Amino acid sequence: MELVIAIAVGVMFGSGIWLILRPRTFQLIIGLLLMSYAVNVFIFAMGRLWVDKPPITPVPHIDPTQFADPLPQGLVLTAIVIGFATTALYLVIMIGARGLTDSDHVDGEEPRE
Amino acid sequence: MNTMPWLQHLIVLPVLLPLVVGALLIPVNHSRHALKLGLSLASTVLLWLLAIALLLLVDGEHWQGGIGVYLASNWAAPFGIALMIDRLAALMLVLTATIALAVLAFSAQRWDRVGVHFHSLFQFMLMGLNGAFLTNDLFNLFVFFEVMLAASYGLVLHGYNLRRIRAGMQYIAVNLVASLLFLIGVALIYAASGTLNIADLATRVATLGPQDAWLLRIGAVILALAFLTKGAMWPLGFWLPTTYASASAPVGAMLVVMTKVGVYAVLRVWLAVFGDEAGALGGFGLTALTVGGMATLLFGAIGMLSSEDGGRMAGYGAIISSGTLLAVIGQSGSAVLASGLYYLLGSTLAMAAFMLLIELTERIRPPGAALLAITMEAFAIEDKPEDPVGVGIPGTLAFLGLSYAACALVISGMPPLSGFVAKFSLFHALLDSATGTPGGVPTLTWALIALMVFGGLAAIIALMRLGVRTFWASGMVAPPRLQVSEAAPVGALVLLCVLLTLQAGPAFDYLGRTTADLARSGDYSTRVLGEPPVLRAPAAEGLR
Repeated sequence: MELVIAIAVGVMFGSGIWLILRPRTFQLIIGLLLMSYAVNVFIFAMGRLWVDKPPITPVPHIDPTQFADPLPQGLVLTAIVIGFATTALYLVIMIGARGLTDSDHVDGEEPRE
Repeated sequence: MNTMPWLQHLIVLPVLLPLVVGALLIPVNHSRHALKLGLSLASTVLLWLLAIALLLLVDGEHWQGGIGVYLASNWAAPFGIALMIDRLAALMLVLTATIALAVLAFSAQRWDRVGVHFHSLFQFMLMGLNGAFLTNDLFNLFVFFEVMLAASYGLVLHGYNLRRIRAGMQYIAVNLVASLLFLIGVALIYAASGTLNIADLATRVATLGPQDAWLLRIGAVILALAFLTKGAMWPLGFWLPTTYASASAPVGAMLVVMTKVGVYAVLRVWLAVFGDEAGALGGFGLTALTVGGMATLLFGAIGMLSSEDGGRMAGYGAIISSGTLLAVIGQSGSAVLASGLYYLLGSTLAMAAFMLLIELTERIRPPGAALLAITMEAFAIEDKPEDPVGVGIPGTLAFLGLSYAACALVISGMPPLSGFVAKFSLFHALLDSATGTPGGVPTLTWALIALMVFGGLAAIIALMRLGVRTFWASGMVAPPRLQVSEAAPVGALVLLCVLLTLQAGPAFDYLGRTTADLARSGDYSTRVLGEPPVLRAPAAEGLR
């Protein structure tokens, strides 16, 4: 399972990096989204990988090995919300730029031939 | 315990106050401009008083060891989020509030009306800045960084025109990627150490096994990449000059403070986590910071020489100042750091004043050169802010010229203002700390000193060229009209630079205490982790 997760994170992040280096805003936003997915899975995995373990512990008799780490789950939730909000904000600005410059190039103008 | 426990709550107020005021201002209609401005101004004045009060409390050792701890929701550290204020954080709060007050007064003349929600965004940005200075938790630091950045995205685009939107697209893209790096760094540090509380992390660093220590190193480096993107270390700072040059003047001045947050975060995390008590990891990466800072300094100096307009020049000036600070943090040593912080104070004030001043001096040049905001149409704002309201000041040119000269002197580090005092004491401290080492002063230190001199030289050449072109060779017909509300903030910031020079003794005393605190990183852990949650009053127990 570690290998699958690692490959998934790597492929997503790698594709994201390739996409954010492309000149069009659509490619850029998809790249950013892929990278943030990769980072979210990565944070999740940093609490170590558990299968079929609840993250909430009953008050008496705590055996930490029987429970998944709840903190990364909380962190990833915050990260998703913030990432979602900033990406939406960026999308709005991209639409504004498209209207103002008549171009979807990240520099706001078509490259000169 | 304290005699006045309610004072504890003052620590969280610099975060709450701008949050509440910013939120309150959103539904207020744009046409009720005076109300918006009044509320925003009142909040900022209150924030300034609060920052001063906190500084006095901390310096007066109201809290044990000069470190105040606030446990959010009364959860004991490291389980909840702890806010922490020490002399450094208090100093940064005062600096931010001072500049914010000047910027807000400046923008009252016209800038807050060229777009919508300027005041709300401004307050949210202050909330993010204050939170980033106060927090003691890495993930919480991320959240406050995002608050600050999200507000700054809106502010950079404030007065929406083609140039701003082009610069904004790149600024936002760079910062979104940096935020992702921040998250990766935080996740790796959690994976290695099992904690995100900085004070708790500091106690665990020395006990990590070799494998976890490597994971922590990688995490810290990725985290530093995110901080240094904000702090504009070469080669991560290419976004900065364009953003500074295209942002409106008040926003540019706030960006100067934002750039310092990156440096502050590096300082805070590195000194606490990789301090003397970190065992094998002590002093990790400091040389890289020095070398990176020096490269930044060189890049800034060359950029300053090559730039034509004032905004870009200010951007490169901010890069020079970041580079100097990073290099100084790398050269660990209390005396060096105290001089570095003095440099930070002077250069931030002068740079903010300079950003505001540039906008005023641009009015000297014939019209057409000035950048006009085209948002009026886009947002259908009827209120024409160009009509001057209020009284003009006499002797406009003398005022502009003198302020310009003072800013140039501080930024380039020429006598007699605080820039010179800062650089001189930096050289002295650098050479002094190197005397004990065998083989004399290391080459790296000499190179740093040479670069700082070169940076100053480049700055004075570039600023003089701009000054001559603006004041003597602009072919102007009549001096521009200035309002008191525009001139007073610039004048106040410049006067503060002068005051900082005159009161260098007390300032250095305070900074000496600050760096002495920072050097004892163990104290932080004891204070933050030892802070007891408030117990429920027995009366409430009895009621159940």
